[in-house]
Amino acid sequence: MKHQLKFVDVTARPAVQQRRKQDLASFEHTFRSEIMSVQPLTEMETVYRIKLIDPAERRQFSFFPGQFVMLEIAGIGEAPFSISSSPSIRGEVELCIRKVGNLTNFLSKMGRGVHVGIRGPFGTGFPMEEMHGQNILLIAGGLGLVPLRSPIAYVQENRSHFREVNIVYGSKSAEQLLFTYQYDMWRKDDINLNIILEKAGPSWKGPVGLLTKSLSEILTGRQREFYHNTYAIVCGPPVMFKFVCKMLNEFHIPMQKMFVSLERRMHCGMGKCCRCNVGSTYTCLTGPVFDYWTVMNLKEAI
Amino acid sequence: MLFKTFAKEELKILFEIIAAHNRVVGPVEKARDRNNKPIYAFEDVHEFHDIQLNYTTTKLPAKRFFLPFKEDLSTFKIEDDKWQKSIDYNIDRPVVFWGLHACDINALNKLDKVLLHSVYPMPYYAAKRKNMFIIGIDCEPQPFCFCRSMGADTALHGFDLFITDLGEKYFVEILTDTAFNFLRELKTADALEEDHILYMKKVDEKKKQFTARIDTTDLTKILDMEFQSEVWHQWGDKCLSCGSCSNVCPTCYCYGVEETVNIDLKGARKTKMLYSCNVIDFAEVAGGHNFRPLRHNRLKYRYYHKHRGFVEAFEESLCVGCGRCGETCLAGITVSEVIASVKTGSKE
Repeated sequence: MKHQLKFVDVTARPAVQQRRKQDLASFEHTFRSEIMSVQPLTEMETVYRIKLIDPAERRQFSFFPGQFVMLEIAGIGEAPFSISSSPSIRGEVELCIRKVGNLTNFLSKMGRGVHVGIRGPFGTGFPMEEMHGQNILLIAGGLGLVPLRSPIAYVQENRSHFREVNIVYGSKSAEQLLFTYQYDMWRKDDINLNIILEKAGPSWKGPVGLLTKSLSEILTGRQREFYHNTYAIVCGPPVMFKFVCKMLNEFHIPMQKMFVSLERRMHCGMGKCCRCNVGSTYTCLTGPVFDYWTVMNLKEAI
Repeated sequence: MLFKTFAKEELKILFEIIAAHNRVVGPVEKARDRNNKPIYAFEDVHEFHDIQLNYTTTKLPAKRFFLPFKEDLSTFKIEDDKWQKSIDYNIDRPVVFWGLHACDINALNKLDKVLLHSVYPMPYYAAKRKNMFIIGIDCEPQPFCFCRSMGADTALHGFDLFITDLGEKYFVEILTDTAFNFLRELKTADALEEDHILYMKKVDEKKKQFTARIDTTDLTKILDMEFQSEVWHQWGDKCLSCGSCSNVCPTCYCYGVEETVNIDLKGARKTKMLYSCNVIDFAEVAGGHNFRPLRHNRLKYRYYHKHRGFVEAFEESLCVGCGRCGETCLAGITVSEVIASVKTGSKE
């Protein structure tokens, strides 16, 4: 079985977004949207629930876990953000945003009811349906949990399609943990949540150290069958990718089953501005989700 | 393709027919350099005698007419916390390009591949590109021209009309019916066997005049192999990261987007500005991480995009060999020297 080549079904490609990709008028079209809710998570990060206003546009707007949108505030700027909500909800997105630059600091001063522009969704997603019947490892470092929340929601909604599901989440400190209110729900859906902190406060009872420590505990001593039937989704700061992917590779998780989501600062999202190019691959078109084989063949990707 | 010839004085008549009703852009003498050599530029022309048909090359390509250095993508009307967005592709009439050389026509054909014929075609470019009437003209290779190495010394498509000087008369290639209809107004003759011979003789002579060249054999593979090569550091030490090469490049299309609020706070605009991958913050992301922090990272990236990545995507490189970047570079870095050094592994 291991060396049997996979049959590619060309009729199975989703054709939903094709028209938008050819239409000249959609290039600069933004979906007028409204900030429906603002939930501060930590001192720096806030979740914004943003809903498209036009009912027809809302019906058509859907995305895959791992895709991103361009968020525009008129006169302030436009930037790419990973979608952090369930792909089964159409016409709206949740974006978890850290205030770090011009646009995000401005956004942090805005409240419910403000109109913003949304373009997208853009880029590739995690192939969730391909992962059916397999074990899943979701590995997040810091803000990397934000794009992973979308595949986590997919796993929750389709829990019976997956075998063992592990989240490995590394954070600097307990104060910086994101989405803490959801941890119980994840655990109740039989998702193992392994949190490890770099610096633990007095109240922290869990493990302390780097994320790879928790990861190696989960991976060590398994049956060969486990490694061959495990998909990994990795997201975090660039330095984390190297160590995590190296470890996954050492445990013989197949390269085409390891997915990373790369961060770049897109200015268009449509393969035109070149700001997100890695080597000469557009992260916005061929990524941001790449399998590890592709990443290995890109220069200076991670 | 149709071939015709016409007497030299007919060209002025063609200009008058076209310019009477259309905007014409062509090469003019803009100034003189310190050696009293003319500096040419593409500008709007109103008189036939302003056009310098025998121009060598322009410092800047004709890019600003179809990929402006600065262009508003949209404007906003802001009232309280609501806004209205208007989109304008910033062109209202066709433009005639009088006297583009083969390299600049090929540059347009290359830009078409990414901006017109791939996913998410760019309407700002499409609107301008679809409103062009291009008259190409033959040229004399300059010491810095390596278009022949890049396969861009002749233009096979992407123009309406291409004229070649045969001494007594012009030899014309007619590609579109619009061009054909203009030529009906002139005294033309069908190209005869002797014209073909003269044309081919001219092409042959031109071929011999090239001095600069680069060897592109296996270049994509070589660039991949030499990614860690020391020569990149040596060129990086020389490069000033000023971005002039991108500025003068007829095929550089990378850009950045910025938004500004009008001074009356009642409006805003989203502006696209052409950018250079050699500029320090090109690959910087939120929080300050820079994926290409060093000069050699960025210089190398530029070569990889042009000579490897574009080839991978479109089977041809994103360089037409016009040599403008080398002529403009303040540090004297030329494409032919960089490519040669990567192949031999040393700069000298």
